[in-house]
Amino acid sequence: MHELSVAVGIVELCNERAGNARVRNVRLRVGTLCCLQPESLRFCFQVAAEGTALQGAALDIERVPALSRCRDCGRTIEMQEALATCKCGSLNLDPPRGGNELRIICMEFEEAA
Amino acid sequence: MCAICGCSEGAETRFTDSAGNTHAHPHNDGDTLSHGHTHDHHHGEGHMHSHEHPHEHHHGEELAHQHRASVATLHEPQHDNLLRIEQDVLARNNRMAERNRGWLEGRGVLALNLLSSPGAGKTTLLEKTIRALHTEIEMCVVEGDQETTLDAERIRAAGCPSVQVNTGTGCHLDAPMLAHALHSLDPPRGSLLLIENVGNLVCPALFDLGEAAKIVILSVTEGDDKPLKYPHMFRAAQLMLVNKTDLLAHVDFDVQACLDHARRVNPEIELLRLSARSGAGLEDWYAWLRARVAAAGLRAGVDRELHTSSSSVPPRRSA
Repeated sequence: MHELSVAVGIVELCNERAGNARVRNVRLRVGTLCCLQPESLRFCFQVAAEGTALQGAALDIERVPALSRCRDCGRTIEMQEALATCKCGSLNLDPPRGGNELRIICMEFEEAA
Repeated sequence: MCAICGCSEGAETRFTDSAGNTHAHPHNDGDTLSHGHTHDHHHGEGHMHSHEHPHEHHHGEELAHQHRASVATLHEPQHDNLLRIEQDVLARNNRMAERNRGWLEGRGVLALNLLSSPGAGKTTLLEKTIRALHTEIEMCVVEGDQETTLDAERIRAAGCPSVQVNTGTGCHLDAPMLAHALHSLDPPRGSLLLIENVGNLVCPALFDLGEAAKIVILSVTEGDDKPLKYPHMFRAAQLMLVNKTDLLAHVDFDVQACLDHARRVNPEIELLRLSARSGAGLEDWYAWLRARVAAAGLRAGVDRELHTSSSSVPPRRSA
């Protein structure tokens, strides 16, 4: 359950920056090879956000694929998960590039009353 | 739980050194090992506490402009109610990991992070390794477990200094924990530091400690499909040790299939098969270690004959 540690980290970081404003959503960029389960992260985020400026806020997760290349047909492959197969059927792929990102991009506040 | 690095917070993390002294994880202790717990309050790079910051009232136009570039997003989120943050969630852990790495490399200490599920045989392998190599390679061990100092005691009984890190509810070691352990162990120049992570095939993959390499240990009783089921761990590792090969006759474990699965997630991964219990294959493992330790020492210019103890101290955790 390292998702909880990560969720608490996100909430603390954003809460600090929110001042008195209520946060409507937080946008997170997560590489497809980053060892995090989006649904679990969303759930933990909800729990961690309780009692903070982020209570009830949505967590928008943008998944960024890692890139690889098929060693058999040369095709570039966007890896949507850690186990990728080339369209040609090959499993013989270059080590992936990228995909490890875990970044808070921005947050959006509720309209001022 | 520590927010940024993900370790468990405060008194939940305990360190037990070679002398058996236990202490809780220190908090906010300024210039000693303030570890990760002041995270949220330190003004590290990218840190944005300075709300009451008076700058914008008295500096020149150029500075004012720079100030806007770096801090304005804090004060001026008005456009579209959107505040750009652009911050790596693991930045704090990763920065500390790099500090650990730099310190270790400078001393020519080879640090290896050993990962596996509970019961795969990490501690038994360490005991055997220590008994076989301690006269030729100086070693020390960081033991990570949620509770008990049992493993550190086993390691000390095998003849090696060790620090036990009890993570409490935490499911992995993190870079600040390693920094703290380094401070206590003070590994000699040109030595080998073995880090036994918390038994867990998932979480430790995400947390860089500053090690030179991760080694994943898979025992044949766990099944040859584990690299596919836990791809992140096998992707992060440089070497896979298939352990308990003395049991191969009794289980359905296909070593070649296991390697194929591991190579599918990590084409560069190396494989060694061994049995820590019977001793089969251990010489290959020792040869792998010797070559790595020698290379790390050479890179750092360490004369292994001298074993000179440097006066430099391990990385400090102050802000």
